Amino acid sequence: MSKHRISLKVNGRLHELEVEANKTLLRLLREDLGLTGTKCACERGDCGLCTVWLDGKPVKSCLVLAVEADGHEITTIEGLARDGKLTPVQQKFVEHGAVQCGFCTPGMIMVAEAFLRENPNPTEEEVKEALGGVLCRCTGYRQIIDAVLDAAKEMRKAST
Amino acid sequence: MPEYSYVGKEVPRLDAVEKVTGAALYTADLKFQGLLYARLLKSPYAHAKIVRIDTSKAERLPGVHAVLTGEEIPYRFGIYMSDKYMLAYKKTRYVGEPVVAVAAESEELAEEAAELIEVEYEELPAVFDPREALKEGAPLVHEGLDEYLHAPFIFPKAGTNIANHFKLRKGDVEKGFKEADVIVENEFTQPMVQNVQMEPHVSIGQWHPNGRIDVWTSAQSPFAVRYLLSVGLGVPLHRITVRVPFLGGGFGGKAGLHWEPLVVLLSRKAGGRPVKLLMTREEEFNTAAVRQGMYARIKTGVKRDGRITAEEILYIWDSGAYADYAVNIARAAGYSCTGPYDVPNVKCDSLTVYTNHPYGTAYRGFGHVEFHWATERQMDLVAREIGMDPLEFRLKNAALPGKVTPTGEVLADDCGRVDQCLKAVAEELGWGKPREKRTENGKLQGIGIAALWKAPAMPSYTSSSAIVKLNEDGTVLLSLGLTEMGQGTETAFAQMVAQELKIPLEKVNVVRERNTDTAPYSWQTVASRGTFMDGNAVLRAVDDLKRKIKETASDLLGYPPESIAIADGYAFVAREPDKRVSLAQIATCGVLPDGRGVRGPLLGYGYYTAEGLTFLDPETGQGRPALMWTFGAQGAEVEVDPETGDLRILKVATALDLGKALNPLLVKGQIYGGVVQGLGTTVMEEFIFDEKGRLLNNNLTDYKIFRTQDIPDKFVPILIENPQRNAPYGARGIGEHPTIGIAAAVANAIYDATGVDFFDLPITRERLWKGLKGVKK
Repeated sequence: MSKHRISLKVNGRLHELEVEANKTLLRLLREDLGLTGTKCACERGDCGLCTVWLDGKPVKSCLVLAVEADGHEITTIEGLARDGKLTPVQQKFVEHGAVQCGFCTPGMIMVAEAFLRENPNPTEEEVKEALGGVLCRCTGYRQIIDAVLDAAKEMRKAST
Repeated sequence: MPEYSYVGKEVPRLDAVEKVTGAALYTADLKFQGLLYARLLKSPYAHAKIVRIDTSKAERLPGVHAVLTGEEIPYRFGIYMSDKYMLAYKKTRYVGEPVVAVAAESEELAEEAAELIEVEYEELPAVFDPREALKEGAPLVHEGLDEYLHAPFIFPKAGTNIANHFKLRKGDVEKGFKEADVIVENEFTQPMVQNVQMEPHVSIGQWHPNGRIDVWTSAQSPFAVRYLLSVGLGVPLHRITVRVPFLGGGFGGKAGLHWEPLVVLLSRKAGGRPVKLLMTREEEFNTAAVRQGMYARIKTGVKRDGRITAEEILYIWDSGAYADYAVNIARAAGYSCTGPYDVPNVKCDSLTVYTNHPYGTAYRGFGHVEFHWATERQMDLVAREIGMDPLEFRLKNAALPGKVTPTGEVLADDCGRVDQCLKAVAEELGWGKPREKRTENGKLQGIGIAALWKAPAMPSYTSSSAIVKLNEDGTVLLSLGLTEMGQGTETAFAQMVAQELKIPLEKVNVVRERNTDTAPYSWQTVASRGTFMDGNAVLRAVDDLKRKIKETASDLLGYPPESIAIADGYAFVAREPDKRVSLAQIATCGVLPDGRGVRGPLLGYGYYTAEGLTFLDPETGQGRPALMWTFGAQGAEVEVDPETGDLRILKVATALDLGKALNPLLVKGQIYGGVVQGLGTTVMEEFIFDEKGRLLNNNLTDYKIFRTQDIPDKFVPILIENPQRNAPYGARGIGEHPTIGIAAAVANAIYDATGVDFFDLPITRERLWKGLKGVKK
């Protein structure tokens, strides 16, 4: 397998790496950079658990090749909380019981955070639509949706 | 002094911050020196003799460290029946069964090596329908059934495909049917489905050259893994250590033993290097354990006044290639066979039957989701036959305190109340009030109800234990054998410990990893037994710690232990609170004024063993199988589009008599999650096989589970608290229960809306549309 030299920023840090052409961004993050917060549950784009941001936009990292991330900026779940302070979405997930086994939680939060930046005042239907690409088997989604709606409220309060 | 009242409060989970930050480490996240990766070559045939395996090309591939075939590892495993080899031995029994395993330096290499292996098969006649498998002359899935070891409460029939035949005989059904005014008989089915835990099964095994075995695994029950490894491999328990880090969901599918022996055996062959097997999602469907299918036939005799006089029940379980938990599922469904009703005469046969499907295991509800589909549909169908309201019919026959269960147990006065659950759900649905069935835009609306019950399905003699350790600064460490797979028990137990010791919750930590070397024993994390059994063990461990704290404090304060109280980080004389010592001061030992140390490090130990349960009579099923019954009821309000077959779930109400909600936030999470899993089984999930037993929908594109957009518009959890005296704070288990009544409640609601009856699950949009078109209105 041919190797390619890439450079990318992950959670604000610059990395220069040699990667195989067929390596996915998901595997690069988990295997080479040790960022195991991003989960793998189907590796074919069905479950959404491996969602990270590429230049601020959510992508399923199992469907992105590492070489495609060359020159881009990646944010993973590990890059959200700053100095131990949770983001409003993370905080509301904790408070609302939106976490059970936690395996979908990183993907869910990455999608929710990105969505709320686009749509700071969503309806419940819009939240459901936005999170529809991330599967969860534990929670029945109710408390996740409540957490996102509440986080939106909190963020609006903070920005006024 | 603060109150430290935590039990019953909506406390967030202890591990939530680790999980929302991505810091929580699951088994697949762990790093190992010299790790090898395993891949499997799987059977393309449902039933085939293995004629020849040639692994030579794979073994020559650089980077391959071990290639194993069934012939090399003829060890049998099984929780209730030792019928399963890690790799197909002599023959394969389902499509997707592992035949050869490879361990190599990368996954790609292992995959490449697996592709180089040649296997010659001779296809055998296969059997897929468990009713066909029962017939004389059907292909035998296990010729050596009589050689297998099995639990004493399992009754296999050698020379047949019956892995377990559970029989229940209560009263006299012939007499009961003679007394009946009306007899109603129906058949119901449920297909195989998958647990679909988000975290696929993953195990890492290392068989060290000195004979020690280390396992890291996504298992619900580390002690069961260790024990079954020991029995299967003939290695004593003290040489095996099983560790379970964070667990990404289980729902029964990670109970018992899975692929742990295989990685351990690969490691042995690879000279002791650690070997990891991470199942792909496709393998989760094809190769890993699934939920067995069910066929049910129920014949009910009833008086015109609504009293049920007799029931004859047949449950046939499609266990697939191996028995695994399915033998105990037949038993559990058998002893609970009527649902939560008082039926004087019952005959039930519940059979676990081998077929050439993937093998069945536990899945949230343990047979109860399946058989309640039958019994709770039947209740509506019978009520309709005698012209009685289905709610009234259920209440008339409800299994209330003092009534007798199918196994002859007289329900205790503190057992919980199914009637209260039914009434609460009915009220939420507006039962009995006039309703407009057709909406303005032509949709059809209806409501349906179902009652449920379930006791922990387990052997009569299981036990749990807990350790509470006092640290040098007065903080406390709780050590459990029960695992945390998302259900939240750890948090509820920490609340109990903090409240009992009257210390802030922040001062209690629960040991994160489960390690069989250091954790106290717990039988298994299954059966909705943890809150009750391990909870009782935790309370006893706290009592033990308190007793020891008081002894040390007594030595230091010069007052008898009985006069000492504990609160706010101090042990003090109850009547003279200023005479006190801090818990921090006495954690390692007490220090007398002259400097001498007394007593020692403080640690509380507690255990709980299921009380008063017995084996059931092999011919009649009479005896005591149930540690506790958790009763409940569920109701659904649905809207059907008669043109398209689209189904919208407007509302699901769930009432559970859980005795006491230790943490309502977590209880609600269990209810929402359980309801949605139950709905998946009701309207979309099923294994679709071709005529050769090949699974056609082995991925999450073709096998859908509920997404955010699919959930009910409204969930109504109703927590009913009739405490059970021998339970911690009165609390019963509820983990499985929110899944149990959903399917029947929805189907009953669909009938109410459309007049169409369903007997087979799932009620997909297509089936609903066909049903609607079949009815001439």
